[in-house]
Amino acid sequence: MKSSPGADPILMKCEHMSCSYGGAPVIENVDISINRGEFIGIVGPSGSGKTTLLRALLGSIKPVHGKVERLPGLRLAYVPQLETVDWNFPVTVGEVVGMSRPQRLMRPKSQNSELALIEDVLERLGLGGLLQRHIRELSGGQQQRVFLARALIQKPDMLVLDEPTAGVDVRTRHEVLHVLADLNESPPHGDGIAIVLTTHDLNGLAAHLPRLVCFNRTVIADGTPAEVLQPYFLERTYGAPMEVLQHGGMPVVLEQGGDELRNRLNRSNAS
Amino acid sequence: MIFAVDLLKPFSYEFFRNGLIIATLAGALCGLIGVFVVLRGMSYIGHGLSHAVFGGAALAAVLNLNYFLGAGFWGLASGLMIGRVSRKRIIGADAAIGVITTASFAMGLALQARFGQAKRSIDAVLFGNVLGVFTSDILAVAGVGILSVVVIVGLYRKLLFATFDPEVAGVSGVNVPGMEAVLMVLLSATILVTVRVIGVLLISALLVLPAVTARLMTNSFGRMLWLSPVLGAIFGGVGMYISWYADIPSGAVIILAGTLVFIAAYSAVGVRRRAQLAGMSHH
Repeated sequence: MKSSPGADPILMKCEHMSCSYGGAPVIENVDISINRGEFIGIVGPSGSGKTTLLRALLGSIKPVHGKVERLPGLRLAYVPQLETVDWNFPVTVGEVVGMSRPQRLMRPKSQNSELALIEDVLERLGLGGLLQRHIRELSGGQQQRVFLARALIQKPDMLVLDEPTAGVDVRTRHEVLHVLADLNESPPHGDGIAIVLTTHDLNGLAAHLPRLVCFNRTVIADGTPAEVLQPYFLERTYGAPMEVLQHGGMPVVLEQGGDELRNRLNRSNAS
Repeated sequence: MIFAVDLLKPFSYEFFRNGLIIATLAGALCGLIGVFVVLRGMSYIGHGLSHAVFGGAALAAVLNLNYFLGAGFWGLASGLMIGRVSRKRIIGADAAIGVITTASFAMGLALQARFGQAKRSIDAVLFGNVLGVFTSDILAVAGVGILSVVVIVGLYRKLLFATFDPEVAGVSGVNVPGMEAVLMVLLSATILVTVRVIGVLLISALLVLPAVTARLMTNSFGRMLWLSPVLGAIFGGVGMYISWYADIPSGAVIILAGTLVFIAAYSAVGVRRRAQLAGMSHH
């Protein structure tokens, strides 16, 4: 796979990709490319195939039609939805982060250099001193960062997150977004990791991202939030009419019947 | 002095010494494999496989084949078949186990009814016969134990990753079906060599009790992995010793000893958790 001269290299490219779990295709004719250092949000209703798209990007399911091309040697890491984690599993923070590292023959325990590496990653994510804590004993934001730490220790070029802010409070959402923004920022300040995430949160998360993909079994729209968060695309994506207002230079999406919120925003803009 | 001599008396019999060794080793082995059985929700598979092994043992007895060959092949084939059927998700894992292992068990019973001469060895598989073990039985349990330790230590992180988070493990390059097959082979081998010690009917309890008790005592996978075999060995050894004086079948005493320790741990953890929750509500 080649990139045009001067452009950021393409890490991954899907062409006319369709995927299924044995029956009818869950996602169809998907065309998407991801460049190094990009930060992409995928939005769509429940059951629209967002998680299937992530699985196809990660290579855990193979397309039945079309193709996925990855940059040779591309390192991918995945952060699952917290809702899928078994919080009663007997595993400490250190064990979660260490399990993704390759093991030296007959030496399952982390040696000093590896332990230092794990502690560095945890420290960086604000989890210093929690190595021996059970994962259930952490706050929502800390739990999300533990799984980010497990992904980061694999030194990925591209990080894929499934609903990283689902079921978390506003403060935790901000924490997670700040961490992701730092990771995405170009070196030397950040790591320049490409990030792809799915979200239901149009106003709190998606509208703040540099690139957004509206998805419902296929790509409906792909561009900046200003280009993509348009009533026409949103209705095609969610199957229901939606309104988009501007507030402080940001698009705000309203469901039909959002009169009260629209009035408040209008009053706020007027003042 | 006389009391002390009485306490040591059973050790003067070779059959008891052999029984004690194999009960302790079997407890440790079941405790080790039981960690994965409990954490992967495979308790029913352990129960089902022990019944499947019974069918293979019955067939081996009727055909005058070596027990380990007949029961081992049968158990392994059943284990892999259960894994394959449940992975396809056409029917649930519990239903797959129900069909495959009860059919095998029924075949064992039918063979027992039709060919009476096989009855004795089949009874040993059903109820266990810890006092009738041979050196070969001890070597078999020890061999599977060493193999299990080597495999689990060597594949520790992959097995942990595949058990805790199979989807992400697969994306991260772990061969998850391969790890499942490894665990199935170890579980089948464990059941095969321990089933003659404590019997089909009690083996699933020895696969579960040490592991769930260890789980109550620690929140770390690494610590659970050594704590569970230690508890299993204690249950096996102590249960065997008490059975001598209580004049109760050793398998039953081993399980009852484990159950008592589990109840004690459960009660203690209940008190501690309640205290923690009370402490948290003050913050």
